[in-house]
Amino acid sequence: MRNIFRFIRRFFVLLAFLILQAVALWFLFTYNRFHRAKGLGAANEVTGWFNTRYNTFEDFFKMKEENRRLLKLNDSLMNLQRVNFVSSDTDAVVIRDSIPYDTLGHYRMYKWRDAQVVRSTVSSEKNYVQINRGSNQGIRDNMGVFSSDGGLVGQVVNVSANFSQVMSLIHVQNRVSVLVKKTQNAGILSWDGKDPRFLTLLNIPKSDSLVIGDTILTGKYSLSFPPGQMVGTVSEIIPDNSTNFYVLRIKSAANFNDLQQVMVVENLQHEELNQLNKDTEKRVEEAKKTNR
Amino acid sequence: MSDLLKNIVRFAVFILVQVYVLDQIPPLHQYIIPYIYYLFILWLPFSVSRIGLLVIGFFTGLTLDYFTNTPGLHAAACVLIAYIRPFVINVLTPKDPSEFNYREPSPKAMGWTPYLVYVLVLTIFHHVYLTFLEYLDFGGFLHLMIKVVSTTAISMLLIIVTELLFTRKMKYRTNTA
Repeated sequence: MRNIFRFIRRFFVLLAFLILQAVALWFLFTYNRFHRAKGLGAANEVTGWFNTRYNTFEDFFKMKEENRRLLKLNDSLMNLQRVNFVSSDTDAVVIRDSIPYDTLGHYRMYKWRDAQVVRSTVSSEKNYVQINRGSNQGIRDNMGVFSSDGGLVGQVVNVSANFSQVMSLIHVQNRVSVLVKKTQNAGILSWDGKDPRFLTLLNIPKSDSLVIGDTILTGKYSLSFPPGQMVGTVSEIIPDNSTNFYVLRIKSAANFNDLQQVMVVENLQHEELNQLNKDTEKRVEEAKKTNR
Repeated sequence: MSDLLKNIVRFAVFILVQVYVLDQIPPLHQYIIPYIYYLFILWLPFSVSRIGLLVIGFFTGLTLDYFTNTPGLHAAACVLIAYIRPFVINVLTPKDPSEFNYREPSPKAMGWTPYLVYVLVLTIFHHVYLTFLEYLDFGGFLHLMIKVVSTTAISMLLIIVTELLFTRKMKYRTNTA
């Protein structure tokens, strides 16, 4: 027993070093986008406070550009209003009802909220955006996030009481299903960790005739984003000789260097769709068991 | 100012500069990531015990980690350099730390060449370990090597500039004090 104590005292510093290393590595390797990081929820509130202070200062320099973008978006939305259109045979004005359910069976599937970015990085390989809305304001995991001019930014991965972390498109572990507007073929959007302005799109077959400047939209099968929202435009087409697919470089519509205001979109049917997925899987599993 | 207060202020300044200045500037290149926060650990007084160094290093790294959303990454690298620091100081200045005329490592206390070697060695350890941990889930071997070299170069440049700009006023320690 005494020898053990002597041993511990002799190698106390080395043991402390190894223990602290183990703790740090345990933090690092148990953290991924699906599991909450150790203590990140509480730390989020603290870093959020600092980031808000910094942001109020930074806003001052970026207000003008932000105003211009908001105006542009407002402008395009005003043009979509039904009030602008008058049917020709009668003099009645057609106005779209905004209540969730109407007699024609329309219901609201997506709900948009505004949020302010308190911190965002582009210099790392794993970039996150921190926004000043959290679970108290109804933000939950897996909600989609769009920039103020309508470009896809990312997906909420972690929520604290008043702040949330968004995994942005420029994160090397990011995978998003998108489609080419012209041909409606779906592909996988990822980032190679190099230039924050450009993303990589894979799985678009070479039978598609694409040109530089073609529009890329969000895919139809995501539970997080509404389909048909702007993601970016094709900036370079690289034919991959070993496969039948293109490698496309996409210029993202959202400017990650300059995010100030964003919109968080909630899929009101998310719970139900998710539950349906789980139930289906369960049923298939059970069917397999009984067959055996 | 007492050593404790001085180091608390330094800690806050280094973390805030790293988070709100160096991490915010537009990236020069994907391989060049400026790091300076760990200079806080290099500047700790000689009198801090080895256990103390490890604990301070761990929390310095963890604080930065919570800002950059990478829990454990910088903490691991900081604990490593905090562990190695006493050995490097012993090799470069082979005498009893209590005989130092100044309280903490600086060009004035150690001489420019030994000081730069001290900084370079710990910088390389820090960056190699950090990049290696990142490399485990992303990137290739060439990527790792280039990134270590370029990041070390930019960090050394930043540290030399810091040393030249902010000469720390330090009292010469005498027996009477």
